[in-house]
Amino acid sequence: MTAAGPERVEDLLRELAPRVLGALVRRYGHFDACEDAVQEALLAAASQWTSTALPDRPKAWLVTVASRRLTDELRRDEARRRREDAFATATAPEVPDHEDTLTLLFLCTHPSLSLPSQIALTLRAVGGLTTAEIARAFFVPEATMAQRISRAKQTIKVSGASFDRPPDIERSNRLGAVLHVLYLIFNEGYIASSGESLQRVELADEAIRLARLVRALLPDDGEVAGLLALMLLTDARRAARTGSGGELIPLAEQDRSRWNRGRIGEGVALVSDALQHTALGPYQLQAAIAAVHDEAATADDTDWHEIVGLYQLLELMAPNPMVTLNHAVAVAMVNGPDAGLVLLRPLDDDPRMRTHHRLFAVRAHLLEMAGHDADAVTAYKDAARRTTSVQEKRYLDARASRLLSNRAFNSLAP
Amino acid sequence: MKYLLMIYGNDEVFSSFAPEVFEALVRDTNALQAELRESGEWLAAYGVADQVMAKTVTVKGGDTVVTDGPYIEAKEYLGSFDIIDVDSLERALEIAARVPWAKYGEVEVRPLMAEAGDDM
Repeated sequence: MTAAGPERVEDLLRELAPRVLGALVRRYGHFDACEDAVQEALLAAASQWTSTALPDRPKAWLVTVASRRLTDELRRDEARRRREDAFATATAPEVPDHEDTLTLLFLCTHPSLSLPSQIALTLRAVGGLTTAEIARAFFVPEATMAQRISRAKQTIKVSGASFDRPPDIERSNRLGAVLHVLYLIFNEGYIASSGESLQRVELADEAIRLARLVRALLPDDGEVAGLLALMLLTDARRAARTGSGGELIPLAEQDRSRWNRGRIGEGVALVSDALQHTALGPYQLQAAIAAVHDEAATADDTDWHEIVGLYQLLELMAPNPMVTLNHAVAVAMVNGPDAGLVLLRPLDDDPRMRTHHRLFAVRAHLLEMAGHDADAVTAYKDAARRTTSVQEKRYLDARASRLLSNRAFNSLAP
Repeated sequence: MKYLLMIYGNDEVFSSFAPEVFEALVRDTNALQAELRESGEWLAAYGVADQVMAKTVTVKGGDTVVTDGPYIEAKEYLGSFDIIDVDSLERALEIAARVPWAKYGEVEVRPLMAEAGDDM
């Protein structure tokens, strides 16, 4: 036996984390105490396995160490409160790991938890990340994240949620919650990934890893495939979406030679297969739209007709204002900016969207396309004042000043 | 989403409090902060020292100039602030409404900027 490199150990631990936790919770109950025990076992393994050697059966090693911590803890508890049910479930039947991992995901995204808590708990209990890593990823103090996780576990305990598969009738909603959390983790990582954030655990990579895990558990689910495809097809553009100074580069201006062909190929294959063989769903449609963009050799080659059709379907299946915004852009590319602007009008009656920076930004873009420069400048500035993203504000301000200087130049022309 | 809650003080109102009102204010403020810490939504909170302690710094032609103040004429001034990290604007507003001082003065809620940007 030889000591393994830290990266290899870390990958292995992250892969084993949900399986060990699942095994423990199934055997002993007490999700919250098990989760603490598994974290301790993972930390112990991280230092021991890199300095001495990998055990022959790493999962069994972790289960043993975590069980020992747990029983110590529960005994302390028992002495305090004389809880007699602590080991009531100690003889639960053996269940395959993958079932446990899925049940764990359902528990971490339990409807009694707020979204930030669901995200934090999923990353720790299923992703095997440490509290410190999660805190860094979300730019909050470690104490805050520790509290969020411990509160989430407490909420689960109080809600009485058990470590069982949700009934079939709830299952599709609950799976929807799991996918939504993975989608949010991906987005958080993707939008924040620029050269300066090397310190950050790559949340986008982690989301892809977890989506692959869910896909392996539910290979026949079209929306799981759709979400994984959407992540891959979006992530394929990661390197090209920011410039050397961290500035955002819009899709149409990206250097497509920097797109990741491997990711595109995998994403396209996944979504094509899902569209053919499974029930249609919103993630598949979004993935299909991303695929159309990714497969265009240049921005001008983009098949906007196809994209408009996909957005029409998406508006039918999962209408929401952000879909309407993107749909309007696509329609503008096919039928001209005025047709796109017409589609934006109903959003002015939506109290949340009326002041949303994205509505101003899309309108600005379409007004610019239509040659209404003065109105476009006003809309860009309105958008810039409302976004809470530094990069986006910079981009929107730059568009506004570019238009202004063009106008100044044009007015000088004879 | 991270938000800054700016709590504006008002000396006139503040100095008119009966001792038990003042005590209740402090107690309720501490209780709210404890609750936010416990929920994992709390990032920071500070009281801001009085205006007489304010200094203003500028650099002109390479020289640092420090002046006292500014002493703003307004009755209301920044008295304290909280930074929270919450699920939604609604939750931020709900917390702002529970700041005990909100019964007497104003709490201004501002989103904090993040480096990250959405796709165009």
